[in-house]
Amino acid sequence: MAFIEISGLTKYYDSRAGRVEALGGIDLSIDEGTFLGVMGPSGSGKSTFLSMLGGLCHPSSGSLRIDGIDLYRLPGEKLADFRREYLGFVFQSFNLVPYLTALENVMLPLAVKKMPTTEKRQRAGQVLERVGLKARAGHLPGELSGGEQERVAIARALVNRPPLILADEPTGSLDSATSAEIMALFAELNAEGQTIVMVTHNAETTSCFHRTLFLRDGQLAGGRDAALPDA
Amino acid sequence: MTLGTIAFNNLRRRKSRLIFLVIGLLIGIATVVTLLSLSQAMTAEARHKMENFGANILLTPKTDELSLSYGGITLGGVTVDPREIREADLDRISTIPNRRNIAAVAPKILGAVQVKGERVMLMGVVADREFHLKRWWSVQGRPLAAENELVAGSAVARRLGLAMGETIEIEEFPFVVTGILQETGSQDDDLLIASLPAAQILLGKTGLVSLVEVAALCGECPVEDMVSQIAAVLPDVKVGAIQQVVKSRMHAIEQFQAFALGVAAVVILIGALVVFVTMMGSVNERTREIGIFRALGFRRGHVVTLILTEAFWVSLLAGVLGFLSGMLATRLLLPVLAEEHVHLVWNPILAGGSILLAVGVGTLASLYPALHASRLDPTEALRTL
Repeated sequence: MAFIEISGLTKYYDSRAGRVEALGGIDLSIDEGTFLGVMGPSGSGKSTFLSMLGGLCHPSSGSLRIDGIDLYRLPGEKLADFRREYLGFVFQSFNLVPYLTALENVMLPLAVKKMPTTEKRQRAGQVLERVGLKARAGHLPGELSGGEQERVAIARALVNRPPLILADEPTGSLDSATSAEIMALFAELNAEGQTIVMVTHNAETTSCFHRTLFLRDGQLAGGRDAALPDA
Repeated sequence: MTLGTIAFNNLRRRKSRLIFLVIGLLIGIATVVTLLSLSQAMTAEARHKMENFGANILLTPKTDELSLSYGGITLGGVTVDPREIREADLDRISTIPNRRNIAAVAPKILGAVQVKGERVMLMGVVADREFHLKRWWSVQGRPLAAENELVAGSAVARRLGLAMGETIEIEEFPFVVTGILQETGSQDDDLLIASLPAAQILLGKTGLVSLVEVAALCGECPVEDMVSQIAAVLPDVKVGAIQQVVKSRMHAIEQFQAFALGVAAVVILIGALVVFVTMMGSVNERTREIGIFRALGFRRGHVVTLILTEAFWVSLLAGVLGFLSGMLATRLLLPVLAEEHVHLVWNPILAGGSILLAVGVGTLASLYPALHASRLDPTEALRTL
C-alpha cells in the first residue's frame, strides 16, 4: 500500500460566474521516501492540491489517505492533530512569526505538545544545527537573510519529525545560489528517507525529484519518473 | 515554549498595542477605584459626622397622649406632660451592651420663666455636653461656664434687648448673659440656656429632666439596636431614633454611591469596547500568523487560549496599574472633596476586586475576537498555499 493514496480528488468553487473547477478527479499514489515535484502554470491547481494534501482544504469529492488515514473523515479537531504529527509545512514566503526568535519559531509546532520545555529547546536546537543555523538561534526573522529564514522554516517543518514535508515554492523568493543550497538541503533530507512533496515553478529544481507531476487546469497533464529510492 | 510564551512574547515585542490596550482598560478600572474609594471615604466621613455632630437618639417621658406639635406649631390645650425623667436613672444608660458606642448623653430641663415681663422658654443643659453635641451652635461671646450664667438665643435676645455681660433676674436669681447664639433657624433661637442644676431649681424640678439627647457612635450596629438596649434599661422612658436625620443622610450617600456605580459601569463599558476593538484589529492584523498556527497543528481551542492568554496578561497589568492610579487619584481628590481630613484606606477587597474586574472585562471583551480568530480558514489565512 502506497504512503499517500489519492482517489478521484476534486475541488470546485461556486461563484457568481458559475462553478469553477480547481481540481478535477486526481488519482495518485505516492510511496514513502519519494521526493515529488508538482509543476504547472499559475491557476493550474497546484496550490489547491498542496492545501488538500496538507489537510487545510476539504475536497468536494474523492478521498485522500496518508499512511492509511482518511484525512477528511477525521472527526473534529483530529485533522489539526494530524497536521501536527504527520506534516511539516515549508511556505513560499517563509511565514515565520516575526516576534519569535529563530529558535522559538522552530519550537512552534511543539508549543502545544506536552513535553518539558528543556526537551523542546534541545530538539529545536538540534534541528537548527542540522540546517546550519545554530549560531543564529536567538535572532528575530527580520534580522536573518532570505536563505536563513528559509532554513528556519525547514527546521520548523522538521522539528516534529513528520513523515511528510509539504513545500510550496520554497525557492521562489531566493537567488539562484541560495536556491541551490536549499534544494541541496531538501535532497539531503530526502536521502535520509524523508517524503517530500514540493510545488515549484523552477525547472532547475526538477533534477532533485524522483517524480514530477504536471498540472494544467486542475488535471494531471503528465508526469515523469526518475529512479525511486529503495524502500 | 508554551502558548503562554508565545502570548507573552507577542505582547513584549508589540509594545505600542500593549500600551494602548492597557491604557484603554486602565482608565476604566482607575475610574471605578477612584469613585468607589471616594464614596467609601465620604461615607465614612458622613457617618463620622452623623455620629459626632448631632444626637440620633431622643429620650422623652413616656406618655399615652399623641403629640399635637409639629414644626414648632403646638395646638392649644396640650400641656407639658407632668411626668419627667429622673436624672439619676440616666446612669443606667452606661450599662447597656453598646455603651462604648455612646458619644454623649445630653439631658435638659425645659420650662417657662418670666424675664423682663415676658414669658420665655428656659432650657437647662450640661453645658460642655450640649455644646459638644451641637457643633453648629455659634456663640457670640462665650458659652456658659458657671451656674449664674446663661446664653440667649438670637430671637429672645433681640426681643428682650439682651446684651452681652448684662445681668438679668429670673425668679429673683441674677444671671449674667455670657453669650448670644447666632441665628440657627430653629427653636433654639427662642431659648434662654442656663446650667441644668440652676434651671432645675428655678423650675422647681430638682433631679428631673424633660428630655435627653443621645449621640451614638455606631458605625457597624444599627441605631435601632441601641434604642432597644436603652429602652430595656429605662422602661419608663420613651426612646426613639431620630430616623429622619439618619435616613436623609444615608439616602444622600446611597445616591452618590449609585451615581458612582453608574459612572463606573459606563467607563468600564467603554474600556471593554476599546479592548474589543483593539483585539479584533489585532486578530485581523494577525490573520496570516493565525493561519500559520493552524497549519502547524494548533487546534481552534489553542488559538482561543492564545488570544485569551494575551488578554489575561494585558488585563492583569491594567488591573494592577488601574488600582494604583485610582488610589493616587483618590489621594489627590480627597482633600478637595472631603470637608475633614479623611485617611486613604488601602482596601485589599477593592484591590482584589478591581484586578478581578479588569481580568473579567478584558477576557470577556476578547472572547469574540478569540473565537473569530479560531474560526479563520487556515487556507484563507495563509493565501500562499
